[in-house]
Amino acid sequence: MAKIELNMITQRSIEEGIAMEIGKTSPQYFEACSIIEMNPKDMKKLGILANTNVRVTSEFGTVIVKAVEPRQTCYPGLCHIRQGVWANQIVPPITQSTGEPQYSGFIVTVEPAEHEVIKSALECVQGAVGLWKGVK
Amino acid sequence: MAKVIKDVGCPYCGACCDDVEVTVSDDGKKILEVANVCAIGAEIFKHASREDRVKLPRMRQPDGTYKDVSYTEAIDFTAKMLVKAKKPLIFGFGSTNCEAMSSAAKVAEKAGAVLDNCASICHGSSFLAMFDNGYPSCTLGETKNRADVVVYWGSNPAHAHPRHMSRYAMFPRGFFTGKGVMGRKVITVDPRFTDTARVSDIHLQVKQGHDYELFNAFRMVVRGFEADIPDVVAGIKKEQILEVAEIMKNARFGTIFYGMGLCHSDGRNHNVDEAISLTRDLNETTKWTIMAMRGHYNITGPGAVWSWQFGFPYCLDLTKKNMAHMNPGETSSIDLAMRDEIDAFINIGTDAGAHFPIEAVKHIKKHPMVTIDPNICMASEISDLHIPVGIVGVEVAGIVYRMDNVPIQYRKVIDPPEGVISDEELFERIYQRMCELEA
Repeated sequence: MAKIELNMITQRSIEEGIAMEIGKTSPQYFEACSIIEMNPKDMKKLGILANTNVRVTSEFGTVIVKAVEPRQTCYPGLCHIRQGVWANQIVPPITQSTGEPQYSGFIVTVEPAEHEVIKSALECVQGAVGLWKGVK
Repeated sequence: MAKVIKDVGCPYCGACCDDVEVTVSDDGKKILEVANVCAIGAEIFKHASREDRVKLPRMRQPDGTYKDVSYTEAIDFTAKMLVKAKKPLIFGFGSTNCEAMSSAAKVAEKAGAVLDNCASICHGSSFLAMFDNGYPSCTLGETKNRADVVVYWGSNPAHAHPRHMSRYAMFPRGFFTGKGVMGRKVITVDPRFTDTARVSDIHLQVKQGHDYELFNAFRMVVRGFEADIPDVVAGIKKEQILEVAEIMKNARFGTIFYGMGLCHSDGRNHNVDEAISLTRDLNETTKWTIMAMRGHYNITGPGAVWSWQFGFPYCLDLTKKNMAHMNPGETSSIDLAMRDEIDAFINIGTDAGAHFPIEAVKHIKKHPMVTIDPNICMASEISDLHIPVGIVGVEVAGIVYRMDNVPIQYRKVIDPPEGVISDEELFERIYQRMCELEA
C-alpha cells in the first residue's frame, strides 16, 4: 500500500478556535480538528481522494484523521493538522532545551486507512491515560 | 429593558479588543448579544450563558466517574495535594487575570512548586531571544498611527488574532497613516498561502523551518552584502528578497509581527534572535519595531506579574521557596513531565490535556491532577478534581496585559453561576488551607 513521508506543521485555525470555545467534546471540534490538510498532488501519490481517512504516524505516535484539501494552501510535501487533540497524538515532546515541543516541522508518514474510524477527542485523551470507558 | 455595556474587553486572543459591546438581559444574568467581536470571541461570551455549565467542583471516584463536591472539600483536596507533593507543577494562566496569577504565585511559593505559564509551549523561546538580544518593540497604537510597512512572519492573524489586522496593523487609519490600508504595505512570510497572505501585498512562501536563513539573507542585503547571497534562499528568489528588503529600508516606520512559525520550528529562540537582529539592522536606516503575537488575551500577564514578583517570567522553580530560579529545558513543564520530575499537577486557565503532546500528558497523569477551568475540557476530563471558576472578562473583572505589554482593566458583564468563585478567591482559599495544614 502507498505510504508517503511529509513534513507536518500543527497550528491554529479559526474553525478550531470557534469549535474549542463551543466545547472540545462538541461535534464542531471533531469536525474542525480531526483532519489533515495536504496538497492534492500528495493525495494523488497516496492514491486517495479527498475526505478519505488516513493514518498519520510520527516517531512518537499515530492517529487516524481525514485527509482534506487545504483551506490555506500547503505546498507538496507539507501537511497540516490543526492544533488540538488529534495533532498532539503525534507531536514530538522534544523541546531543544527551550520547553517548547516540536509542534511544527516534524516528519510523518501518511498511509490510507479507509476502513479505520477516527477516535473522538475524549477517546484520544482518556484512552491514552487509561480512563476511557467507551461511548457514554 | 436590556442593557448595553460598552468598551468591554474580549477574553480570547492577545489583541485584547476593548471595544466590545455586550447586551445583557434585564436581570443582568444572561448575555443576549455581542457586537464588535470576532467569531471566536462571540463564542466565549455565548458560552457563559449556557445551561450546562459546571457549577460545583467534581471529584473523580474509584469507578472513574465524577461526583459533585463542595468548594471546601475541593480546596482541602488541593491544599493537601500541594503540601504532600515534593515538586508540584502549577501550569497555565493564559486565560485568567493578573490578580489570580499573583495569588497562585503565593500558593506556589508556599508549596515549593514549579510555576509555569502557557508561554512555556508558545512564546517561551521569544523570552530567551529577548534576554539575549533585547526587544526593540512598540505599542499597537504606535503601529496603527505610524506604520507604513507591516510584516507578519510565521503568524496568521486572520485565524489566530482575527481583529488584529483591522484594529492595529493593516486597515485602520491612524494619525500619520490617514490612508489606512491604501498607504500600507503588508508582507506575509509563511510556508502556507494563509488567509493572511491572501490579503497581503506580498507573500514570501518560505520553506518550512528555514526562516533563519531568510532572516540572514535580509540582514545581508540591509547591511550591503547583497552580491554575496545565493540565487535562492529558503525557497525565495533573490530578486524577491531584494524587492522586499528595499520596501523595508524605505519604510517610515515598520513593525515585524512574528508568531509560532518561528517559535515552534527548528531553531526556536535562534529564529527570534535573528528577527530581532534584523530589526536592529533596519534601525540603522529607518525606524523598525518587532512584536510577538501573543496567543491568549492575558498570556503576557504572568510574564509581567512574576517578573515583578520573582525576577523571571516563566519556568519558575520555587522548590527552594526563598530562591527562585529559571532554566527552560530543565524547569519547563514539558521537560519536567517527560523526565517524571513532578509529582502533582494543577492545570489552570488552559487545557494541557488537549495542547500538550500526548506523551507528556501520559507522564503527568501518573500523579494527582487538578484542573481549574470554567468549562469542561480535555484536562478536566482526565483530572482527579475539576474546580469550576468564573470566566474572566465575562463574569470576573481584572487586569490583563495586551500583547504589547499594555495593561487593560477588563470588566465583568454578568454574574457567574450561583456559588461559583473566581480564580483569585480559589487560590487565596487554597493558601489559607495550606497555612492551616502546616500550622
